[in-house]
Amino acid sequence: MSKAVMEHADAADVFNKDESYVDWHDETLWFVRTKRDKSSKLLPEWENLRETASQIKNYVLSHMDELLETFEKNAKANGIHVHWAADAAEHNEIVLGILKQHHVDRMIKSKSMLTEECHMNEFLTRNGIEVIDTDLGERIVQLRNEPPSHIVLPAIHLKKKDIGDLFHEHLGTDAGATDPQYLTEAARQHLRDKFLTRKAALTGVNFAVAETGGFVVCTNEGNADMGAHLADVHIACMGFEKLVPLQAHLGVFLRLLARSATGQPVTTYSSHFKKPREGQEMHLVIVDNGRSAQLGRADFRNSLKCIRCGACMNTCPVYRRSGGHSYHNAVAGPIGSILAPNLDMTKNADLPFASTLCGSCSNVCPVKIDIHDQLYKWRQVLVQGGHVPQAKEIGVKAMSMVLSQPRFYQWSGRLGRSVMRTLPFMVNNSLNPWFKQREMPEPPKESFRDWYVRNRE
Amino acid sequence: MSSREKILQQIKLNKPTGTDLPLQYTFDSGYENTEAKFKEILEAIYTEVIVVDSLVELKAKVEEMYAGVVNKATTIPELADWADFSLQLSDPHELEMIEVAILQAEFGVAENGAVWISDNHLKHRALPFITQNLAFVIPRNALVNNMHEAYQRLTDTTGWGCFIAGPSKTADIEQSLVIGAHGARSMVIFLVEN
Repeated sequence: MSKAVMEHADAADVFNKDESYVDWHDETLWFVRTKRDKSSKLLPEWENLRETASQIKNYVLSHMDELLETFEKNAKANGIHVHWAADAAEHNEIVLGILKQHHVDRMIKSKSMLTEECHMNEFLTRNGIEVIDTDLGERIVQLRNEPPSHIVLPAIHLKKKDIGDLFHEHLGTDAGATDPQYLTEAARQHLRDKFLTRKAALTGVNFAVAETGGFVVCTNEGNADMGAHLADVHIACMGFEKLVPLQAHLGVFLRLLARSATGQPVTTYSSHFKKPREGQEMHLVIVDNGRSAQLGRADFRNSLKCIRCGACMNTCPVYRRSGGHSYHNAVAGPIGSILAPNLDMTKNADLPFASTLCGSCSNVCPVKIDIHDQLYKWRQVLVQGGHVPQAKEIGVKAMSMVLSQPRFYQWSGRLGRSVMRTLPFMVNNSLNPWFKQREMPEPPKESFRDWYVRNRE
Repeated sequence: MSSREKILQQIKLNKPTGTDLPLQYTFDSGYENTEAKFKEILEAIYTEVIVVDSLVELKAKVEEMYAGVVNKATTIPELADWADFSLQLSDPHELEMIEVAILQAEFGVAENGAVWISDNHLKHRALPFITQNLAFVIPRNALVNNMHEAYQRLTDTTGWGCFIAGPSKTADIEQSLVIGAHGARSMVIFLVEN
């Protein structure tokens, strides 16, 4: 992660060097998307569930302060220590402070995209704390010194041979072994030892319930529960948008979450934490880190409705063919591309352009975020704010000039067609991005407009 | 100003105009046979559902199923002399030895095969996760159709509870499903008639 950040298009170029690998990545994610389709179509009320979830989240956005205060009050009454962090740095300091107070220098962690967003692992490591990720996919990428490439499937970019080699090096599995069953068993043994010896466990939060002051953590592996129930100290970290008003609202969200993510009817474990167990200390860190600013952007606040299912990534033709790391942001894909510019417009100006605007992301989103509209709107904001490289800006301006002047447009079309016919090398070369991995089409003899004028009668 | 106040103040300033909660947020799943659906879903996630008439029959069944297994634990009084591992301990780390645990749970959900277990039924929260193999016992009539009905039923105010659907699993290596990630490697559900 200390590597210089490459723009999405350049990183995608690198990702596309190995065609069979890209095809495999593409098909693997599309397979997950088809499982989501099959699962959602088994529920006749699916569209009603999406609409209901969307309305509940709209309510949450518009009553966020009251709900947070209610949640805090109830959580405190349950015996949970509640902390507030304005930004990533404060979040990291709070976690470090809790660990120091308990003289803990080794911690286990289950999946939390928020801690990725805050670069917490790097911070704690610099401060002498060993952090071990316990989700299998996250452990794999951690051993490779990489961030997750997908919020639900962290190691989706890796082949089993990569993981076999990695485990051979770090966990002592047989050289050349690639059987997923064997490799998973090795990880189980390796991590069980960590579960049994670590005094502090950190988890994410999928949903926080204002009514009860409790929170829900969903996993398939059971790692969040293994960690939290054995540790003396449980720290849970959440972006403030994770709230739902009532416990009964979880019915809607738990029905949508796993079906949208992987096509499962529910995750194996949906753990409802409300009070620490006897003798345990439970901490909850509520994080802003740009969210309250996003809440003020009328065009973009809906992004805060996200429940992190990853469906928009699995369906996105650009994500599937460029990989999560191309997005250089904790959350990749379409949703990441509308969240990231809020955090840093200059650094993330490329991301809203990493889309075909096909709209598939909005169609699969379980809480009906208008993702592709927001991608389009971010482009306007970023160009107007001068965050887009000049070449792209000049290109867009030239295009706009051509398209707004009909006669000039007709003339350029004619010119383009005759150039393609008489001087094909002008377009069939590597300087033309449209020529990459494609043949240029035969230039038509006339434009549609010319044909229409001739045939109108 | 503390971060808490700063965050809340900025939210107040920036939040959109208030909208209402939807009046309806529960839906019916008109399954013809709730128990058949429950079984069908659980079979798909590698979990056997066994109907027994009584706790006496349950005991005979588990004696047969887990013959030869050591480190067996249970929270069901009727199975006390089947178990050879006492749960009367204070450090949950000691549960690590357990090979199979048969636990009383509250109810099951047909649409996804989940079973609700909570502090009400459990002294050690770690138990259903740390045991190598897991079995739940629930009354046969304690099945609901979907998660909406589940939350209507869930009025308990315990400190912790969990929906558990099948054995622990992962597909993090090339999307190949592997059963037995960190939690239980296998799962059985007993539905008790009486």
